[in-house]
Amino acid sequence: MHTRPAGRWSLLKRDLYLSRHYYVLMAPFMLIFFMFTVIPVGISLGLSFFHFNMLELPRFIGWQNYSRLFLGDDVFLIALKNTLLFAVITGPVSYIACFLFAWIINELSPKIRAVMTLVFYAPSISGNVFFIWLIIFSGDSYGYMNGFLMRLGVTLEPIQWLADERYVLAIVIIVQLWLSLGTSFLAFIAGLQTIDRSLVEAGTVDGIKNRWQELWYITLPSMRPQLMFGAVMQITASFAVAEISIALAGFPSVNYAAHTVVTHLMDFGTIRFEMGYASAIATVLFALMLGTNVLTQKMLRKIGE
Amino acid sequence: MTSKVRAVFGMPKRLNRSFTVSLMLFALLAVFGSFMVLPLIYAVNNAFKPLDELFIFPPRFWVNNPTTENFADLINLMGNSWVPLSRYIANTLLITILGTAGHILLASAAAYPLAKYRFPGSKVLFTIVILSLMFSPHVTAIPNYMVMSWLGWINSHASIIVPSLAFSLGLFLMKQFMEQIPDALLEAAKIDGANEYRIFWSIVMPNVKPAWLTLMILQFPALWGTDGGSFIYSENLKTLHYALSQIVQGGIARAGVGAAVALLLMIVPITLFIISQSSVMQTMATSGMKE
Repeated sequence: MHTRPAGRWSLLKRDLYLSRHYYVLMAPFMLIFFMFTVIPVGISLGLSFFHFNMLELPRFIGWQNYSRLFLGDDVFLIALKNTLLFAVITGPVSYIACFLFAWIINELSPKIRAVMTLVFYAPSISGNVFFIWLIIFSGDSYGYMNGFLMRLGVTLEPIQWLADERYVLAIVIIVQLWLSLGTSFLAFIAGLQTIDRSLVEAGTVDGIKNRWQELWYITLPSMRPQLMFGAVMQITASFAVAEISIALAGFPSVNYAAHTVVTHLMDFGTIRFEMGYASAIATVLFALMLGTNVLTQKMLRKIGE
Repeated sequence: MTSKVRAVFGMPKRLNRSFTVSLMLFALLAVFGSFMVLPLIYAVNNAFKPLDELFIFPPRFWVNNPTTENFADLINLMGNSWVPLSRYIANTLLITILGTAGHILLASAAAYPLAKYRFPGSKVLFTIVILSLMFSPHVTAIPNYMVMSWLGWINSHASIIVPSLAFSLGLFLMKQFMEQIPDALLEAAKIDGANEYRIFWSIVMPNVKPAWLTLMILQFPALWGTDGGSFIYSENLKTLHYALSQIVQGGIARAGVGAAVALLLMIVPITLFIISQSSVMQTMATSGMKE
């Protein structure tokens, strides 16, 4: 007797049945993941076309939120400019710093390597003490930076570092860089240690003369998967600057000098309750992060070619 | 001669290394290393400074007469307030322990099928997880708040704990690490009659202990440092980090106490990292993203 050739649906049904345990194992995580990450992204996209203030029913207004955002909201343009500045400065700088320091640390003996790893990684996990920087950049003469500069005779009067729009953005960038050697830094150090030593030796035979050639022709190409991962982590973090800006520069900051897209989002979402408008801001941020990530990944594929 | 100096700096002998460049790179590392570590050392020093030293002019970096007064003040101050310090600590511990342990369990359970089997939807699900690494949670903050209020979780610890269980970076790292487990191990167990749940629990889980520690070191600081965000309003549900920011806002008289709490907050995740460093490195080595 012949069995009927299984149709597509019955094949799928059989696959689903055979995999039932896998779905059970994944269910708790995926349920929460969808509820608090995937569905909210969908809601955010949808809501960005509505006027919604949590009290009245949502009212469809098409692209109005977006046109208001780009054409009628000067503060958003400042926030966007600052966020892009953060992304352009802290993103690449912290990414390169992560790699550069990991690469130098990798040359050290295991014990010193462990200590140096801790030194560079510690700020990012003790992140909540970044208010230490508030004391360093405090606006009176008790602030360390002011005390230091006044003792040297560079300045006579204390400088209001965090209340002066000329300095505040730069300070937030410095502190952001201080905090930014996180997961990708660890991934780089770990990745460097897994590079096949025989590859390096073979390279030497083939005429690699110095560490820079070794870096470009052997180290970087072998690290490509970690470099990809690190890029995703650093880009996402550099677009999401908010807490540090709020902690150091206040909310809102002087003349919005340290305002970012995320603080703008908080302003409309949690203070003014303009949920539709806030969702449009979130959608723009989402597009920015995703777009930059995809672009960077494409660029990284060219390493070592 | 140079080999001796190298040994002092802990640099093993390598091919193709110019000693001068090594020294320059090492100097670079030292300069930036100090930039990284000085604020932390300063925070430690501050916690032991008596009040007159905190406000000395010009300010001093090191403590002259170390004292534990700030910690005593902290306990006094919090003992007198209507929500004592122990409550804040208990709240923070509850959030941190449940959030971290639950995350490790759920992420491992979800990572195991994704790492080891192909089944309908597995590729799509993993792609979604990868995509979610590419944007920060800020993007979903507004709808998250709405979902929380629909669930009635506003002003409860669940609003902090539950979303943290499905932290996608944890799933990603766990899946990458699990791919290293040899298939033969799983098949042997299957032949011995173990079902998938048993394989997961008694074969896979013990084999990924380094990854547990890694997920812990990533999740712990975030939860330990949470201030409850926009979800928690009741004073008796608030966390230690919230208490800290209240004290810091309390102004000059409380500067010493603030420094003490800061030390308390930073010392825990750093200690945790020191303990787990080698396991974390082992996991991070598998963290790469394939093209």
